[in-house]
Amino acid sequence: MSESTYAVVGTRPPRHDATDKVTGRAHYGADFQLTGMLHGFILRSPHAHAAIRRIDVSKAEAFPGVKAVVTSADLPESPEQMVDIGEGAMPLSYIRGNMLARSKVLYKGHAVAAVAAVSPHVAEEAASLIEVDYDVLPCALTVEDAMRDGAPVILPDLRTKEFGEQTGRPGNVAEHFRHVLGDAENGFTEADLVVEREFRTATVHQGYIEPHATTVLWNEDGHVLVWCSSQGAFTVRKATAAVLDLPVLRVSVTPLEIGGGFGGKIRIYLEPVAALLSKKSGRPVKIVMSRQDVFEGTGPTPGSHMRIKMGARKDGRITAAQAYLAYEAGAYPGAMVAPGAMCVFAAYDIPNVVIDGYDVVVNKPSTAAYRAPGATQAAFATESVVDEIAENLGLDPVEFRLMNAAKEGTRRADGPKFRRIGCVEVLEAMRNHPHYRAPLEGPNRGRGVAVGFWFNVGLASSCTISVNSDGTVNLLDGSVDLSGTRTSVSMQAAETLGLRAEDVRPSVGDTDSIGFTEVTGGSRTTYATGWAAVEAARDVIGQMKERAALLWETDAASVEFDRGVFRAGGRSITFQELAAQLDETGGPVVGRGAVNPSGAGGSFSGAIADVEVDPETGKVSVLRFTAVQDAGRAIHPSYVEGQMQGGSVQGIGWALNEEYFMSAEGAMLNSSWLDYRMPTSLDLPMIDTVIVEVPDPEHPFGVRGVGEANIVPPPAAVSNAVYRATGVRLYRLPMNPVAVMEALWQKESEPGGGSLHSDAAA
Amino acid sequence: MTHRKTLVRATVNQESVEFLCEPRQSLLECLRDILGLTGAKEGCNDGNCGACTVILDGRPVNACLVLGVEAEGCEIETIEGIARAGALHPVQRAYLESAALQCGFCTPGLIVATKALLDQEPNPSEERIRMWLANNLCRCTGYDKVIRAVQRAAEEMREVRA
Amino acid sequence: MAVVFIPTLLRDLTGGRDAVEVQGANARQVIEELERACPGIRARLLDGERLRPNIRIAVDGRIAPLGLVERVSPASEVHFVVGIAGGLGPP
Repeated sequence: MSESTYAVVGTRPPRHDATDKVTGRAHYGADFQLTGMLHGFILRSPHAHAAIRRIDVSKAEAFPGVKAVVTSADLPESPEQMVDIGEGAMPLSYIRGNMLARSKVLYKGHAVAAVAAVSPHVAEEAASLIEVDYDVLPCALTVEDAMRDGAPVILPDLRTKEFGEQTGRPGNVAEHFRHVLGDAENGFTEADLVVEREFRTATVHQGYIEPHATTVLWNEDGHVLVWCSSQGAFTVRKATAAVLDLPVLRVSVTPLEIGGGFGGKIRIYLEPVAALLSKKSGRPVKIVMSRQDVFEGTGPTPGSHMRIKMGARKDGRITAAQAYLAYEAGAYPGAMVAPGAMCVFAAYDIPNVVIDGYDVVVNKPSTAAYRAPGATQAAFATESVVDEIAENLGLDPVEFRLMNAAKEGTRRADGPKFRRIGCVEVLEAMRNHPHYRAPLEGPNRGRGVAVGFWFNVGLASSCTISVNSDGTVNLLDGSVDLSGTRTSVSMQAAETLGLRAEDVRPSVGDTDSIGFTEVTGGSRTTYATGWAAVEAARDVIGQMKERAALLWETDAASVEFDRGVFRAGGRSITFQELAAQLDETGGPVVGRGAVNPSGAGGSFSGAIADVEVDPETGKVSVLRFTAVQDAGRAIHPSYVEGQMQGGSVQGIGWALNEEYFMSAEGAMLNSSWLDYRMPTSLDLPMIDTVIVEVPDPEHPFGVRGVGEANIVPPPAAVSNAVYRATGVRLYRLPMNPVAVMEALWQKESEPGGGSLHSDAAA
Repeated sequence: MTHRKTLVRATVNQESVEFLCEPRQSLLECLRDILGLTGAKEGCNDGNCGACTVILDGRPVNACLVLGVEAEGCEIETIEGIARAGALHPVQRAYLESAALQCGFCTPGLIVATKALLDQEPNPSEERIRMWLANNLCRCTGYDKVIRAVQRAAEEMREVRA
Repeated sequence: MAVVFIPTLLRDLTGGRDAVEVQGANARQVIEELERACPGIRARLLDGERLRPNIRIAVDGRIAPLGLVERVSPASEVHFVVGIAGGLGPP
């Protein structure tokens, strides 16, 4: 099918779930109610690192209205195994340890005990009566703290692994890996200019507005029923069953609407705890996190310490690059440093590369995925150095990137060659955009650019399509809908079946009703679940061709289908007409699609940012912002733009404001939205978007997935803009007013340091 | 321990209601847990996200910062009362048609806040809209399509009035 | 013959070579052939008869959904990629 023949793909129909969401009828995690339901509250550690000597729950148990109290002693014991927790695997002991601390607490906010009672207030009051005797230990809060000699040992059994192999070295480094391509040492000698810089980024949170919420009933028949907000019901089922040492068949998970996730609602935190409380009390138990719980008890994204060295010739060719990436894993191994290493130089064709990555355990919450996990930190560092080289060589920053841009066949340092990608097309769209050419006048203003890459993944998805007698269809898939994917999946089914988007009624199934489907993450849902829907639709068409053949007394192979009409030997029948005759031609038609695509093409994204820096306060204002991204094919352009705008603004928040501000003792001092400053409507301009379409060659419609790459370039683009505005380059995120003022003062105090581009100077 | 409850009489979405609540329960808890109106959401419970925005005697408030007992005698409008007679309010329609929502969790609060703005100011500037909605955090959209939805709703409501 | 790219930290087993050419119609056969050429490497990739939990095979630049039974052609490139616990599986 050529592009011009699409009737549904590329249009902007209303979302199937939009009415429920604008009327308040959609049910999210905390909206769920069951008769006889109790409310749970989790007691959390006040210390960042401490041994637990003793827990006394007797006063809480005796408190009126309390029905159950649990601690780690209530968790089952079972042999160590790796548990697939969505987008990766983690040892069961770590998952259990994070659920309820056993012998030690590893971060402030680590769950220690839980209470179920007749109301949330009673549960909270009772939890305050639990006596925990702690032996407070020194803590390590950053990779630099945790990697130095004599650092507090956070996980006593931890030994550094290299390519999965134990080295026997104790400490807080869980994993070291290295990628080598070519000969970096030699490559640097070929360079006319070498720039090496050191970077640090703060821990930041995904900041979804809905706190984690779950309701669990441990039924009398031994079956565990879960209703929760998560990015994937099957992952919740698998992890919950593993922690509780139950077969997956004994756990059923019904996904409720999810109020944002961005990678942070893949891991489980509450379900096994609520299950144990339900088992003890014999009643369903709901647990809803507070905002402070979300900040302190769920996985933020790693803070990082990075060094980037790049060399280039005068003609603009990058000859060599080296990266040192050390990411904070939080309390358990699993910082997203591996994908960070694969993205750090992904936008460039560089012949000689060395990348070292370190996964480092620290006394902060166990980190989780956050939109292109690991890539944003790395791109902040690389794109700052690239910008500096371009300036020193006297080259336009976009042209310099284009001269070195990765393309089909470029070998990445981690091994594989790129297939068809849109890096060049994204850079060209940036260069040609009116924003890039527009004059930027006025003092203290600057324009910065950056590009970024994210892989996108395929993974397993299932879908069924049932044909109704009036020619409409019901579509069931397993992908939790974070942002309109019911519609982007349905549109692909509609296009395949020759129907309108509104002729498809999509639902998200529970783990009892639909085939295994991986989490909504990795920019995969429109790509992979959309593909499953296309397969299910093709299955429907195949079955309907047999019905038409039956009516026409011919071979199914001779029946053709195009745009909603079946034809054979001069006869034709519409999809709707044939749907009315299913009963008398053999019964219902149910199509199924189950896919596990592996060749997702990955998406490049670019950002152009104009900023103004207030030289009196250090406040950075974003004046204009343009996001450019390769979508492969935009199924519903409005929601592709929405992803680009949302990711850009998260990147702007990461650049300018957001951070876990920690005390020396490891307490987060800004665990509310008043102090953890996410961007508000007042902080932003409109976010312009340019959708580039370099179709993925294998996907039925060329989809690449657009959920993540858009967050990668903004911090670097904003930083490069701040440099152009002030002459000062910042090497640390966030670039909040304090950081900017300190950098400005330092520049002034340096010999030869000029004054700011203040009004007086201008 | 449960506390002694107080009887509260109020008007919610143009209907008289009576409910018993503990003095420590917020209006948000009363709406959600007692009256079953779960459209207003709890995102932070400290007045910083606006997901629980309701209109109280004509003013938008964070329901998490109002005590249930304070609602005595008040007129309250929640997201459930915005659509009338089976038809979406122009503000709801504008959000839907402008693709101004993704996860939808902040959407009820944003729509209620938008309605409160447009009831008072039929033609707000972009800056005014941004200022007014600065209390309503949205993490998905980057606000671009939200601002455009408000402008679209304002235009439509002006046309209806004219 | 397929070209197997050796992860940097396994090159002590290949005498420093970053790529080894071996025969094999699927990933399992490739690993067995690799073991013949570079003894000890099998144990770094497999746990008994299965891939180690955090190692994935990429054939021609894409993660092999069939794992050890993924088909390999004589012109294929084979990579082993390590996922870190909790990390996202690379492509």
